[in-house]
Amino acid sequence: MSNQAIVLKKKSGPTFKDQVMAVLPEGGNLNSCLTCGLCASGCPASGLEDMDPRKYLRMAALGLDEEVLNSKWAWMCTMCQRCVYACPMKIDIPQLVFNVRNRWAKEEQPKGIRGSCEMSFRHETCSAMGASEEDFTFVVEDVLEEYQESQPDFADMTAHLNKEGAEFFLNQNSREPVTEPDEMVPLWKILHLVGADWTYGSKGWAAENYCLFCADLEKWEENVRIKTRVVEDLKSKVWLNTE
Amino acid sequence: MREGKLKLNSDWNKRLGVKFTVQDPCQLVRKSLGDPIAEDLRFVVKACVGEDNFIDMTPNRSNNFCCGGGGGFLQSGFPEARRAYGKLKFEQVDRTGADYCVTPCHNCHAQIHDLKEHYEGKFHTVHLWTIICLSLGILGENERSYLGPDLAEVNMYP
Repeated sequence: MSNQAIVLKKKSGPTFKDQVMAVLPEGGNLNSCLTCGLCASGCPASGLEDMDPRKYLRMAALGLDEEVLNSKWAWMCTMCQRCVYACPMKIDIPQLVFNVRNRWAKEEQPKGIRGSCEMSFRHETCSAMGASEEDFTFVVEDVLEEYQESQPDFADMTAHLNKEGAEFFLNQNSREPVTEPDEMVPLWKILHLVGADWTYGSKGWAAENYCLFCADLEKWEENVRIKTRVVEDLKSKVWLNTE
Repeated sequence: MREGKLKLNSDWNKRLGVKFTVQDPCQLVRKSLGDPIAEDLRFVVKACVGEDNFIDMTPNRSNNFCCGGGGGFLQSGFPEARRAYGKLKFEQVDRTGADYCVTPCHNCHAQIHDLKEHYEGKFHTVHLWTIICLSLGILGENERSYLGPDLAEVNMYP
């Protein structure tokens, strides 16, 4: 417990919490806190950076904007929404956190997240690991050929790239093609056995979108639109993205 | 599965009795499709490993604890905080006594795998696709990197 009382400075204009409320449906119920602590009691991030969800919301409610905006805790809350699930008033603390992340200057944001967001635009693949169209095409074709030859029941297995009109367009997390390509195969086998008509794309194939995590709305949308264009151009009916 | 196209079979585990638990991914369950998809997940896993070999952790489904792999935490450069966050999840999995934790989410897989290594747990962390193919008898030797020595040779294809 703090021995010294916190003296609130009187501010003019809307607080950070007011700004966030203006962009959320129902204002994210950010004014409805009963201070019960159900959020904090089941939150694995409670205690990190001397913070927890209730404290974070109370600080925002008190207009302690600088402290709320500068706490690294915004990068330690995973925005998993368990607090919303537990909250009797359904207060959207994760969206408060998301908007804090949004306010951080790009150069101040965690480099791993920011860098992965930027990297996804190096090619038209959206790969946060910077894998190109050629890289992906080579790995998929190489692995497929190897399995078609070595596993007789899967000689007819497919892993198409850019097959027009396929029912399903499947995204793929970069980790498999880049670091452990054999891990792509079990899913291919399942799709083969059920007779699914599916395709990858040489562009827009990567499932991940780190721009969401750094709350960069423009870049997030740009990443999604690249993928959407590929799905639409191929005239696939269903877009499967597990991320 | 319900159309009979995937003939999942748990006979391989009848004698072995290898135990499994599942991580309910926040993104899939709480944030997207809710408890019904968590039920589907259990339906699939039980079909693969046998009803008696499945152990749920508590709390679960929509009320599950996040593992700490989401929201970019794995890439944020705060590994100590991330592992402190994940200690709750590690203990939850560990307490089930399960030999395997099935993680049907990329972030959950990476995080729980790391937690197990860091806290020196006994369980293994596997993708759902691995267990499905194992139970179908179509999992080859190069597709077994996340299986432990107990299952390294079981139901081998071809």
